[in-house]
Amino acid sequence: MTAAPQLSLARFTVALKSDIDFASWRDAARRLVLNGARPEDVAWTVDPVRAAELAASLPAIPAGAVLNVPRSFVERAEAVFCHSDPARFGFLYQLLWRLTRKPELMQIASDPEVRRFEAMDKAVRRDIHKMRAFVRFRRIKDGSGEHYVAWFEPDHFILERNAEFFVRRFTGMHWAILIPYASATWDGETLAFGPGASRASAPREDDAEELWKTYFRSIFNPARLKVKAMQAEMPRKYWRNLPEATLIPGMIAGADQAAREMIARTPTQAPTRHEKIQARHWKREETDRGDGADAATITALREAAKGCRRCPLWRDATQTVFGEGPDSAKWIFVGEQPGDQEDLAGKPFVGPAGRVFDSILDDAEIDRTKVYVTNAVKHFKFEPRGKRRIHSKPNAGEIQACRWWLDRELDLIKPDLVVALGATAAQSLLGKSVPVTKHRGEVIEREDGLRVFITIHPSYILRIRDPDDKQAERERFLADMRKVRKLAAH
Amino acid sequence: MAALSTREKLAILSDAAKYDASCASSGTDRRDSVKSRGIGSTEGIGICHAYAPDGRCISLLKILLTNFCIYDCSYCINRSSSNTRRARFTTEEVVRLTIEFYKRNYIEGLFLSSGVVRSPDETMSEMVEVARRLREEENFAGYIHLKTIPECASDLLEKAGKYADRLSINIELPTDEGVKRFAPEKRPETIRLSMASLRQKMEEKSEPTLKTKKRQRFAPGGQSTQVIVGADSTSDDGILRTSSRLYGSYQLRRVYYSAFSPIPDASSALPLKRPPLMREHRLYQADWLMRFYGFLQPEILAGTPDGMLDLDIDPKLSWALRNRGRFPVDVNRAHREDLLRVPGLGTRAVTRILDTRPHARLRLADVGRICRSIATVRPFIVAADWSPGCLLDAERLRQKLAPPPRQLSLL
Repeated sequence: MTAAPQLSLARFTVALKSDIDFASWRDAARRLVLNGARPEDVAWTVDPVRAAELAASLPAIPAGAVLNVPRSFVERAEAVFCHSDPARFGFLYQLLWRLTRKPELMQIASDPEVRRFEAMDKAVRRDIHKMRAFVRFRRIKDGSGEHYVAWFEPDHFILERNAEFFVRRFTGMHWAILIPYASATWDGETLAFGPGASRASAPREDDAEELWKTYFRSIFNPARLKVKAMQAEMPRKYWRNLPEATLIPGMIAGADQAAREMIARTPTQAPTRHEKIQARHWKREETDRGDGADAATITALREAAKGCRRCPLWRDATQTVFGEGPDSAKWIFVGEQPGDQEDLAGKPFVGPAGRVFDSILDDAEIDRTKVYVTNAVKHFKFEPRGKRRIHSKPNAGEIQACRWWLDRELDLIKPDLVVALGATAAQSLLGKSVPVTKHRGEVIEREDGLRVFITIHPSYILRIRDPDDKQAERERFLADMRKVRKLAAH
Repeated sequence: MAALSTREKLAILSDAAKYDASCASSGTDRRDSVKSRGIGSTEGIGICHAYAPDGRCISLLKILLTNFCIYDCSYCINRSSSNTRRARFTTEEVVRLTIEFYKRNYIEGLFLSSGVVRSPDETMSEMVEVARRLREEENFAGYIHLKTIPECASDLLEKAGKYADRLSINIELPTDEGVKRFAPEKRPETIRLSMASLRQKMEEKSEPTLKTKKRQRFAPGGQSTQVIVGADSTSDDGILRTSSRLYGSYQLRRVYYSAFSPIPDASSALPLKRPPLMREHRLYQADWLMRFYGFLQPEILAGTPDGMLDLDIDPKLSWALRNRGRFPVDVNRAHREDLLRVPGLGTRAVTRILDTRPHARLRLADVGRICRSIATVRPFIVAADWSPGCLLDAERLRQKLAPPPRQLSLL
């Protein structure tokens, strides 16, 4: 079948007051799209003289018609509007037209027009960013005080959109930014826009420039010359307005020579000052702390354990987390190993499990300051997962290596009773793995007569999700602790 | 010795700072000078105001307060046995330079480091004083990064965190053995403890206080560190292992990799050759894989003979070629995590693919419009009208995707 030839609808011409007159575009676009004006039937121009006349000729919004487009589109369209491409007015209208028919259009990143929209948005944002980076103010001093003036040449119509940034940043200064199509001035109170300017209307020099060039020259490392990387971020088109850029060709030309000289300069004799500094500051005390075999007190043992290299766990941990409590304690509680918080603080049982442990000891009327608390393994073992450290269980070798310290702690303190919190502690204390759930609440006597009470590790309570189960487990652990108190009171 | 002018000092003390790679001015809180009528603002993203011909941006005035130093770290131009010219800024000079440069929009702020004179506390308190004057007397709201000195007192760290946006402590060498060998006076234990204490302070201050319900300000830009690459023989896997530990343990925002650069009057303990810039670049890419692409550190180099990153191709492509069994990935169905593993698809491209999927089935040309280069992506994906067939098995896939060999420089 043959389609009826489309009647030529009214063609519209929209004149904007200026290249940045988004408000007029938005008003016209709304009227047109709600009247069904097709993109190819609308012509867009910038014409301040005819703007008012042509605006009056646009159709009114039909009664009850509402335009729904995502807010994000309007915001980004405003940015794209600053692009210097003269076709942008029509292009944005075309997108708006399609959006009214396909509301999800902006999510379809594979659509060529959406890609173009994003590319234009990106170009404008980049231009805005580069203006923030490459504007260089020069100071003028006159009777009315200090003024800072900059000349800049952006690619797009971004001055108005970017001026607030300079207000936020340089509130306490009086400044002006001159660009070819407009200018912005801030007198400390008000931001005003004026006509365009020329490079000649900005100051030629500034007394800080010599210092800045000195810095630019000195911070450059000639051994790392990477001209392409520099130009990718600071394209040549910006160079003419950057005072430091005049140095670049010379720096590049001299880099090779400078780098060779740096490498060739052979090590020289140390200045005499060096000897004096060494003698004065680094009279090195013997750092060898020994292996703790002859430590007569817990304090001395703790000191020796700081440098422990008995197993590789020290490599990743922050520090050795040694036992804590009085030398004369009657009871020793042995946990598994320090966790994230303990590793940072250098103290045992200060993390979440430690807090549970403290509160239960409190309920059982055991004074934590009178007991000695330590771990079977004294360095934190973990796997880094992004920004977190996931606890991993010490293996038999690590437990075995660390028994050296635990045995000495037991020797020095000579407790009446040791409480093994969890399987790792039991394994370390008894020299073999023991099923904790089976022997929980029992006392196992070692060959040397030391009594070891078996229970779970308080972190187990933390891991229970169900509140009732959690409470029940807490009660069981509390009962264990009460038993401990009775056992030691015999 | 005649007194040096500010300009002479600036030349010496910025030259002395040029080996430090960290200079970012991003990731802090937002603030401006509208209320205070002072100068300065930060908006979350940093601005690079200039680029030196070494390709590195200049976003901060990076200087040393002084290059006198009692330490003798062999990789450092300022070590006490070096014959470099020495200078020392006054607090006033650093404040003036920062303000004058900032007002002309040359910089985003100050990155102040220092050699250690007399004692760590004395040097640190001078650095803190510079930051205090900028904030309290000059109403300066720009970015401040202070390099803290590991051995300094805790209350100085507290003050540093109050005025600075970011604090950093350089570990310099990836292993404790390396530190012992090249920086005999430094103690790796102390560096770890300092980082741990910074993390604790940051976490403590991020809790709202009971009285005012406001969070106290403490280094909102977090902490960072720098590792020198190529001064000792640690492999890339070893370096990344250290980074991964540091990110996890101390919540570092950034680990900077600085290719060891020959320094004038160098100690004979060090390699005197051009810095391994490509290796440094690959390490940054690998670091990105851990932080933004969900790679675990051990995966990145698993299956390589020497634990070194490939210099010819980027680490993700290199990983994909070693793990071809995990490909192709279907762009119309795969999970985000799997899409992120496709060479040539960045985080943005992946987000765009996921946004598009509910509305349209993606063909190869669609993916081509979304990603930067379809040539790299093509062998690793399935699309509505595309399957790589035996492309993925091709022996020559690596050759196809790697850049053509270049003649090596004679230097």
